[in-house]
Amino acid sequence: MSTSSSLQISSNRKRRHRNNRHGGWRHTVFGVLILGILLFPVYWMVNVSLQQGGAAAMTPWLPIDITLHGYAKAFQDQGGHLLTSLIVASGSVVFSLLVAAPAAYALAVFRVRWANAVLLAILVSQMIPGIVVANALYGAYTKIGLLNSILGLILADSSAGIPFSILILNAFMRSMPLSVLEAARIDGAGPLRTLVSVVLPMSRNSIVTAGLFTFLFSWSDFLFALTLTTTDDVRPVTLGLYVYISGFISDWSSVMATSVLASIPTIVLLVFAQRYIAAGTTAGAVK
Amino acid sequence: MPGFGTNGPSVAVARRAGSRRRERFIQQLFLLPAVAYILIFFGYPVVKNVVMGFQNYSMKSFFTGKAPWVGLQNYESVVSSPIFSSALINTIVFTICSIAGQFVIGLAIALYFRKRFPLNDLLRSLILLPWLLPLIVSSAIWRWLLDQDNGALNRILELLLLADRPGWLTTTSLSLVACILVNIWIGIPFNVAILYSGLQEIPEELYEAGQLDGATGWTAFRWITWPLMRPVVSVVLMLGVIYTLKVMDLILGLTGGGPANSSQTLATQSYHLSFVQFQFGQGAAMANILVAISLIFALLYLYINKFAGKS
Repeated sequence: MSTSSSLQISSNRKRRHRNNRHGGWRHTVFGVLILGILLFPVYWMVNVSLQQGGAAAMTPWLPIDITLHGYAKAFQDQGGHLLTSLIVASGSVVFSLLVAAPAAYALAVFRVRWANAVLLAILVSQMIPGIVVANALYGAYTKIGLLNSILGLILADSSAGIPFSILILNAFMRSMPLSVLEAARIDGAGPLRTLVSVVLPMSRNSIVTAGLFTFLFSWSDFLFALTLTTTDDVRPVTLGLYVYISGFISDWSSVMATSVLASIPTIVLLVFAQRYIAAGTTAGAVK
Repeated sequence: MPGFGTNGPSVAVARRAGSRRRERFIQQLFLLPAVAYILIFFGYPVVKNVVMGFQNYSMKSFFTGKAPWVGLQNYESVVSSPIFSSALINTIVFTICSIAGQFVIGLAIALYFRKRFPLNDLLRSLILLPWLLPLIVSSAIWRWLLDQDNGALNRILELLLLADRPGWLTTTSLSLVACILVNIWIGIPFNVAILYSGLQEIPEELYEAGQLDGATGWTAFRWITWPLMRPVVSVVLMLGVIYTLKVMDLILGLTGGGPANSSQTLATQSYHLSFVQFQFGQGAAMANILVAISLIFALLYLYINKFAGKS
């Protein structure tokens, strides 16, 4: 399976290469136009964030008269929330990978009896609306004191990362040559040792993909932040932004500056981790 | 591995069986945290919602621990409330229109990017941006874009003399349209990415052969692309429906379900019942109806797929 898919990739790449060589720039112009229309809202966010933005003012189309006061206000109001988001998302990455990696390994390599049942449960879990989870967790969290806590958010936010990570790691680990694992075994490595020093290093790329997406899922979470926190002690930036926009907005530039700041992980990922994103997106379809 | 030892074969076999059992046990330990997590964070909520749906579960229940059993009363009051039918219709319209828009535009863009031109890869990867942004950020951006007086969209429409400043988010007849519009915008990248990778799987030779038979343009699409894309298309549409049915962040951020519940869906209404009105029993009932709908849809999908596989 791995060889056929890698052949496919190389043939795709060949084809794409040919595409580019025969390409016409006039197609590129239209492509840029499509992109321009689709990304105009993102441009607008940046544009408004850099200007004086009273609610009554019509923001100029171009940011000629640049001011950073929106960002100053955003940092002042939302700096702590950004930090909370960072902690929750990082915690969720660690927790999700710790749970998902051994499970994916077990599902892919050991012939565990209920492997298919677990995979099916993971697929079915994707159908469950977040509000169902939130309804139940609110009560449980109240009882055990996890409401308004970083740990509570990390655990709940991982409900996106764990299934996704298991699926993506499992898909990769299935393609691993069994001979390598057998070799580790003959060398006297137990299953844990094999996982840590053979399987995980080999799965580096899938782990990075799983980790990046888990970070993005948790960073973007809004529903759990909305339902599982009741005070502003622990408030991720998504909720901070929601509180901003659900009131009367007199200053759009700080709202948009906050939006820009909340988009930084996405933008960093898209620029620096392009190939992992591509891997994760197609895995999303398998999901 | 052959059992060689001085103890004779039967002891070796017994020892091996023991160590295999031990190994099995260790192997299952690897799976334990994940299984526990799934049971606690997916299994428990589903069961709890079903139970809560039959209980008078209010804010007080959290402190007293008492939630009297009320049978089907929650379902009765949820379904008979005037909001229910409009939320149900909104959910259906929102889902169908979002999926249709995302799919058609996504497919068109994916097909366009099959053309050969420079910077193709770069442009295609940048298209993903709207899909990867936090939903609440998208809501915030569009709140301002769709603003009646100063929103960029109305300014553009006015420049083009197309419309006279419609109140996208403040008019009952337009709020759902606005939510659909934004949701289409968010979903296009995903559709482009998946459909494009599906298109890449179709061997070029087929088109070359088709060309010899005079199949180009629409004919090639109809007889080569579409039949071969069917599996990818059905996955994209099924995932689309399941994800769109439960969309909540976006609508809460854009309109909050308003004005006057005009953009309320089953998911947002469930949130309102539970976390605004603190009628957790009714909220659970509403959420269960939503789960039932997406379950019916998933089963329908499996059935159709099986049927298509047979014929």
